[in-house]
Parts: sequence; C-alpha cells; structure tokens
Amino acid sequence: MIAVIVRVLGVVAAFLTLPLIVGQTEHKVMAHMQARLGPMYAGAFHGWAQLIADGVKFVQKEDVTPRAADRPVFRVAPLVALLPYLVALLFIPLGPRDTLVGQPLDVGLFVVLAVVGVGVVAVLMAAWSSANKYSLLGGLRAAAQLLGYELPFVLAAASVAMAAGTLSLSGIVNAWRPWWLLWQLPALVVFFVAGLAEIRRPPFDMPVADSELVFGYLTEYTGLRFAFFLLAEYVGIVVIAALTTVLFLGGWKGPFDAQLGWLWTLLKVFAVSFVIIWLRVAYPRLREDQLQRLCWLVLVPVALAQLVLTAAVRVA
Amino acid sequence: MSGVPGSGLAKGLAVTLRTMTRRSTTRQYPDVEPDLPPRSRGVIALLEENCTVCMLCARECPDWCIYIDSHKEEVVVPGAARPRQRNVLDRFAIDFSLCMYCGICIEACPFDALFWSPEFEYAEYDIRELLHEKGRLGEWMPTVPAPPAHDPNGEPAKEEATAAKKAAQ
Repeated sequence: MIAVIVRVLGVVAAFLTLPLIVGQTEHKVMAHMQARLGPMYAGAFHGWAQLIADGVKFVQKEDVTPRAADRPVFRVAPLVALLPYLVALLFIPLGPRDTLVGQPLDVGLFVVLAVVGVGVVAVLMAAWSSANKYSLLGGLRAAAQLLGYELPFVLAAASVAMAAGTLSLSGIVNAWRPWWLLWQLPALVVFFVAGLAEIRRPPFDMPVADSELVFGYLTEYTGLRFAFFLLAEYVGIVVIAALTTVLFLGGWKGPFDAQLGWLWTLLKVFAVSFVIIWLRVAYPRLREDQLQRLCWLVLVPVALAQLVLTAAVRVA
Repeated sequence: MSGVPGSGLAKGLAVTLRTMTRRSTTRQYPDVEPDLPPRSRGVIALLEENCTVCMLCARECPDWCIYIDSHKEEVVVPGAARPRQRNVLDRFAIDFSLCMYCGICIEACPFDALFWSPEFEYAEYDIRELLHEKGRLGEWMPTVPAPPAHDPNGEPAKEEATAAKKAAQ
C-alpha cells in the first residue's frame, strides 16, 4: 500500500516538475535559437523562476466564464485536457525494475494510447462550450487533426508492439535491440510527427493558430483554466517524448542500465523534448490542407508499409 | 527547390541550431550601458557664453522648437566714443518633444554654441518636462565628446595657417 502511495506521489511530482523544466528549457532554447536571451530577471539567475512567476500571475487573474458559455462543460474542459496525461505518466516505465513505474500493466501501451486520445474530447468541449466562433473553428480544426493523426500514431505504435510481441511498455523496452533504430525508423518518424500533431505543437498548431483564430479553442479561457491548458501542452510534450523514448529509443537501455536506467530514460526524454522545441523554432505552421495531406498521403501509408515490414521480419 | 528532397527542412534545423551556439545579440540595456557609436545624437547641449542671440538656429529649425528671448544692454567701454550695445540671452529653450534631431541648429550655429551630446536618458512622464531651458541645456555640456581629430592629410585650419604665417614673419 505504502509502496503504491509513494509511486503515485512520485508520478505526481514528475507531473508537476518535468513540464516546468521542459517549459523553461523551451523559453531558453527558443530564445537562443532566435539570438535572444529569453527571461533573465525572475529568480535573479537567468530567469530560472520565470514559470513560477507566470503561475503566480495566472492564479491572480480573474476567472472569466462567458455569459453565453455552457458553464459546467466550459469549466471542466481544462481538467479533461490535463488529467489524461497524468494518467498516461502512471504507466511509463522509468527503469528496469517494477518499482520505477507508477503502475506496471500488461496492456500499458493500449491504455496509454487510449488515454492520450481523450485529449480530443477536451478540445471539443472547450471549443463548443465557449460560445465563440473562433473557438469553434479552432476546435473543429483540432478535431479533424487529432482524429486524423490518431491513425498513424496508433499504427506506428502497433508496429513496435508487433515487433516486441507484447503490449507491456516494460516488455517492449526489454525486447528492444539497438538495430531496431534502423528497422523501426519509419515508425519512429511517423510516431514522432503524429505525436507532435496530437499535442498540437507547432508546426501543427493550426487549431490555435494565433494569427488567424485569436487563440483557437483557448480564446475564451483566462487565469488558472488557461494555465491548465498550457500545462497540458507541456505535459503532453513530456508524455510524447517519454512514449517515443520507451517505444523506439530503448527506454532505459544504455551503459550501466542496471543502476542508471532511470537516468538514461530521463536523458532520452529530454533529448526528444529538445527536438520538439527545436522543430517549433525552425518550422512555420502547416496550412490546414497541408496538415491533412501530410497525415493521409504520407504518414498513414508509411505507417502501413512499416507494419508490413515488421510483420515480414517477424514471420521470417 | 532543388537538390535532395527534405534538404530545406534540414537547412532550417541547421540554421536554428547554429544560431543557438552563437552569442545572442540582445543588449541588456538598463543593466549594461549601451555601446553607442561615436558621435551619437542623444541631446543638444548649449554653451551659453558662445551664444550671441543671432537667432540663426531658431530660424533654421524645421519644426520651430527653439525658443529664444533676449534684450539689449549698453556696455560703456572706457575711452570709446559711444557706449556699445550687446545682446544678452534671457531664454534659450529646446522643446525635445518637437525636436527631430536633425542637427541643423548645430550646423547653423556660427559661434559654436550648440553641440551634440550622446546622453539619451532624459525621458519624462510628462511631455511638458521635455522643454529644456538653458540651464538644463547647459548641464549637458560636460557630456559633449571632444571634437574629432583633424584629418592629418587635410589642409591646416585657417587659424593655424595664419598663426604659422605670423610666427614666420
């Protein structure tokens, strides 16, 4: 019992700290990639406390619910956006031993993919209940995008599950071999790109496209509820990075992984997060039709081809 | 639009990564003094003793932001036949809320009474405070940098030439 509580507390701690670290890294990395300095004042040393200051600011803001909004749905949507990622973190193994995972599960991959898919519901709830045409436009774009990218996302994950012969996340890491990097490379790329689209990160941020839709489905949100949506985005980065790590980059595999497995996992997660931030800085936003074209004409066929390849290698 | 497909994507990533490894161009202004180029135009300083109230600056000013008031005074020079008249400056003000920093007044001044100073931190909360009277304009004088050195290949200044000629005689 105590062990379970300790593990859950550990997951909650990771849930609260990792997104902040990723967020701060994004501030700084993005700034330096654009030849700026980024936050420099909060916390006196290179703005390390910027996100804490932001959090305090968000708490102080007025929590506005538009009069025409569907109140209960509007108010619940941020939590629906945030909680699935917390649940997803529960199942991601940090190290080789069972103590280093929130809740080991034989169908871990299945549960994680299902739970991450709940994000669409939150977006649609936020969009429809806001009683705002920009929110609705953003929400419908998000729905089209998330439903579309769910397919290559799941297909790519299925490929690696097929290769490992298990749905357990720990089992997949155990079965992983370095040469899989080459064998599952198309699946890795498809999974990563579809994952980016799932968390609506630039260059796939058409649903929130702030230059045309005000802020998409987030337009009417203020204060803490808006902060929850932002937090959900950064937890999403952590979850997608962690899933990519566990499924395709061999999780805790590395030198001395018996003792330092958790460190390898964290390092890989941060490396993937860095790439996510990097892509945001380097690439412009995809247009809606380009977005759908990439999904249906590139990612889905590649994912299907990868499935065939995986099946062929497994059978042979 | 040529070469390997996807090379543009790679180039984009390379550019951002390269920028990240270089020093950022941000100047941390309030903490670190800016590195101004030489002879920056910050504010106009007045050397009151040199002003003869000729009004050339006020007349040349394109947006009429220089205000000058004066009166005449008689100066009795012993031994002279008549008392001489002299202009006394009562008021000299530049309204920096109108000034466009063209520097024409400084060019126009025949007596070297106006100078550029690189000081620029004189923002005010009230726009009326930007009208600098002659006291305030005089305070900028110590911040005026020394004039640029004479071009070693140029002709000597007229004063120098005459002085040299006199010394030779």
